Amino acid sequence: MATYKLNVNGKSREVSVDPSTPLLWVLREELKMTGTKYGCGISACGACTVHLAGIATRSCVVPVSMIGDRPIVTIEGVGQDPVGQVVQNAWIEKDVVQCGYCQSGQIMSAVALLKATSKPTETNIEESMGGNLCRCATYVRIREAIKSASQQLT
Amino acid sequence: MRTALKVEKDRHLDRRSFLRVSAAASGGLLVSLYLDLPASAEVGNQAPPPRVYPPDAFVHIRPDGKIVIQVNRLEFGQGVQTALPMILADEMDADWSQVIPELAPAADVYKDPVFGIQMVGGSGSIAHSFQQYRELGAKTRAMLVAAAVDRWHVSPEQCRTEASVVYGPGGKSARYGELAKDAARKPVPEKVSLKNPSEFRLIGKRIRRLDSAAKCDGSQKFGLDLDLPLMKIAVVAHPPVFGGRVKSVDDKDARSIPGVREVFEIPLVKGTGVAVVADKFWAAKQARDRLKIDWDLAGVELPDSSQLWTKYKELARTTGNVAMARGDEKAMDRVPPAKRIVAEYEFPYLAHTPMEPLNTTIRFDGDRAEAWVPSQFQTLDQMAIAQELGLKPEQVTFHTEFAGGGFGRRAVIDSHVQREAALIAKRLRGTPVKLIWTREDDVRGGYYRPMHAHRVEIGIGSDGMPAAWRHVIVGQSLVAGTPFAAMMIKNGVDNTVVEGAADTSYNIANFHVSAHHPTVNVPVLWWRSVGATHTAFVMETLVDELATRAKVDPIVYRRKLLKADAKKLRNALDLMDEKSAAWRTKLPRGHAVGIASHECFGTGVACAVQVSIENKRPRIHRATVALDCGIAVNPLTIESQFQAGLGFGLTQLVAKGAITLKDGRVEQRNFDGYAPPYMIDVPVNVDVHIVPSTEPPTGCGEPPVPVISPAVVNALAKLTGKRYRTLPLASI
Amino acid sequence: MLESQRLLGRVVLFALVVSVTLVAMLARGAAKFGEAKTSAIDTKVAEGLAAWQQVYSVLTSPRCINCHTATNYPQQGDDRHRHFANIIRGPEGQGVPALNCVSCHQESNSDSTGVPGGLNWHLAPLSMRWQDLNDQPLSSAAVCRAVTDRSRNENMDGRALLKHHEEAALVLWAWSPGRRPDGTMRSLPPLTHAGFVEATRRWVEAGTPCPKAR
Repeated sequence: MATYKLNVNGKSREVSVDPSTPLLWVLREELKMTGTKYGCGISACGACTVHLAGIATRSCVVPVSMIGDRPIVTIEGVGQDPVGQVVQNAWIEKDVVQCGYCQSGQIMSAVALLKATSKPTETNIEESMGGNLCRCATYVRIREAIKSASQQLT
Repeated sequence: MRTALKVEKDRHLDRRSFLRVSAAASGGLLVSLYLDLPASAEVGNQAPPPRVYPPDAFVHIRPDGKIVIQVNRLEFGQGVQTALPMILADEMDADWSQVIPELAPAADVYKDPVFGIQMVGGSGSIAHSFQQYRELGAKTRAMLVAAAVDRWHVSPEQCRTEASVVYGPGGKSARYGELAKDAARKPVPEKVSLKNPSEFRLIGKRIRRLDSAAKCDGSQKFGLDLDLPLMKIAVVAHPPVFGGRVKSVDDKDARSIPGVREVFEIPLVKGTGVAVVADKFWAAKQARDRLKIDWDLAGVELPDSSQLWTKYKELARTTGNVAMARGDEKAMDRVPPAKRIVAEYEFPYLAHTPMEPLNTTIRFDGDRAEAWVPSQFQTLDQMAIAQELGLKPEQVTFHTEFAGGGFGRRAVIDSHVQREAALIAKRLRGTPVKLIWTREDDVRGGYYRPMHAHRVEIGIGSDGMPAAWRHVIVGQSLVAGTPFAAMMIKNGVDNTVVEGAADTSYNIANFHVSAHHPTVNVPVLWWRSVGATHTAFVMETLVDELATRAKVDPIVYRRKLLKADAKKLRNALDLMDEKSAAWRTKLPRGHAVGIASHECFGTGVACAVQVSIENKRPRIHRATVALDCGIAVNPLTIESQFQAGLGFGLTQLVAKGAITLKDGRVEQRNFDGYAPPYMIDVPVNVDVHIVPSTEPPTGCGEPPVPVISPAVVNALAKLTGKRYRTLPLASI
Repeated sequence: MLESQRLLGRVVLFALVVSVTLVAMLARGAAKFGEAKTSAIDTKVAEGLAAWQQVYSVLTSPRCINCHTATNYPQQGDDRHRHFANIIRGPEGQGVPALNCVSCHQESNSDSTGVPGGLNWHLAPLSMRWQDLNDQPLSSAAVCRAVTDRSRNENMDGRALLKHHEEAALVLWAWSPGRRPDGTMRSLPPLTHAGFVEATRRWVEAGTPCPKAR
């Protein structure tokens, strides 16, 4: 067990956990922030995506010991960000979700994409969202929502 | 206007005429057939209520005007948590902005009116509860009006309702919230008038889902997100081969992980396993990784995909148990060999892999228990938990938790996950335990869409139409050996294996379908759209091949071959034809169009896809899909279901779309080896068109799935001249 | 007359034999003289080429070549299969926004989750591709040309290449690649790192010779 100070959604949080514990489980079980989802545990589905120092990161494979002082933003906090809010609203406007389980990760990836590329092409969207699995396969509406958000980010 | 609700007595009855199930003292399940079809229910005025439900079990009007509506089945993406309240609120004239849906716990009153158990399956959520929720809404409205009538001393005819307000003569008005207390004292009317469809205010409107916001900001709790005071986390080490048993276990290293509380052997539905209970998931998982288990596989069958294929193909060359025999069995003999097509198909095992891994939380308190389950089968899961704990079902308070997908995987007859959870909870009496199946458990854990081999011989008539059709299907039964078998297996044929072929909508005069159901040591299960996952692929690729040989447009050919009474399918084909005509006629070079259509769960679906080949894989640029599902309760949700359901249907076409076994072991482990469609694998655009209808609503959850795969390979066939009969699709 | 003719014939034959032998002897002497002059260089080149073959065996081992693809994706595993989850090369070899290499690969291996890591985990540039578009390793000659071409190798001369093999973090990673997700150790290149550096040194000292393309 070791103690770590984490900066989560702008707040300082302290946890005592085994250093090998992935950030995902620290968020879900120690900090009770369950918006970040467990889908595969091997970074193949993207349901656990958070932003780590601004980089979309698969929290299921990153041990807490490797976080350091890099700030973490999760689905619970991304709405504080102007781009995050636009994306969340676009998701609701376009009625994207079905079961909804993957959508935290989809939104976190979409926000990272739009922050880097405010006017993404279809190819940009396919490549950047390419690792986020949606078993309901709501991809058509995810595309629409990203394009809609992009239009609002002029 | 009055529209009779038709009850299909033939093709879907088998799965709809479910069961009444109860726990047997001696162990096992007691099952009795429960047929309670609302046979003469009618849409429109004077509908006789087939059953009486107490409205207070479904509707709670709070003094502040909020209206809490109970949803009698699981929400796992299909949108019932919005659509069922829409139906009730429409007849109730409730203010939609005040409606709060809740997922109902397990209780008799929430059983599916047709199936007789509380469940989601057979695409029946709206089809079965449409009438029920309309009546509940109308009765609630009548009681509110009665309260206003008393207050104002007027007649009901002088009152009208709109947006949670009763309006009376002379400008009188009262909000539902004010009337609720008085209304609750009114008798529940036995008969109520239902709206004429032209009076619907919510039904038929594109209404956004009520669960969107919570699913976009992380606040929606799914079963896996449940957190209870003092809760522990459990994982189970399952045998490497189905039915394997623990011979010995060295748990020294596992127990050395901080936070690990218990390590013990438990019986499984098949074989035995080792449960690890810890404070947190990561400790439990690390401990499980460190277990050294010696497995006893003596006498356990070791299934092997390549050996199974050999066996299946041999079987497919012999006639099986007859599912359908129509016309002249000798008709084939009169067709010259040059005019025959012989086609062999292979379909692998498929895992459902819902995004939310399987889980169940239970606390056992000795004389009662509480369970939290994302369940498609509340009634059966509640009974299984009760049975393992030595309780009666009513002693188990059963909460329905939101589920991250399911596609059939949470509708398991033997409730194996819940049984594991119950056995662990029993040991930890008084402490809530959440059992988590990791993704690896899920991918390797069985309960797959079965492997199938099809062999079809077609004799082509001089008019280019099929003159004779002999079809053999080989695949495990989904229900053999379960309490469902008595109802669903007839003449040795499991209907879920042959549906979509034996009951084809095509008019083939000399038609013979038979089936073999080998027994294999791999648990199998219904997988969204069930038999149609493979039968529609076979039928639609062969009909396409016939059209090509006859040099007839594939849509025209299908129209010609359809039975006269395949009205919904014909409507869907016509609408798809109309809506896709513009793009189908001007395709870029290297692109081709593929067509497929299929009716299942009462809904006719037709689709056209535009396909090219990129990186040796099909690239699907667009799809136009049309459907006839009767009244479209929420066209927005239906559009979304069909757009995405096509994507789900591509699971069997993608490169890593197969579960295979070698020496009894499943070769895939996680989404690295078994990868369902990602964004790049599905159509870029899908436009959905709904045939206008006043017929009763039919299913929309499963019907999107079967059409896309055959449509795509039909397009590929145009590009390459080859036919694709082995799935998953190899590199082109 | 007959006798004299016969004699003449013998004399001519003798002269012919002598002259042929003489020429042959002279020629052999000349060759020996040349060999003495070039043997040191040839030996060095041959040794350099042999050393290169050892270097090549490392470069084309999965731990190295998996990130030296010609395609728009990296590979993984000893069978060098395409990286799962549609990972894309991206314009800088670092993935694309929201799906960067560092979305998973941290600065060191994560043995508890089986994800390898190293400083600035990324794909080698396409100029340094060591495979063809069908994911087959390029020939020894072709890889050697790529590695030694200063217009393609970030202007590294032999000494710089040696230093790169000695010190670069992602090169060193190949000898401590961590655990796979199933807990087993990843396989190592065919030489030790010391052996690899020594082979590189011999190759560099030989003037970084490359095998002739066939």
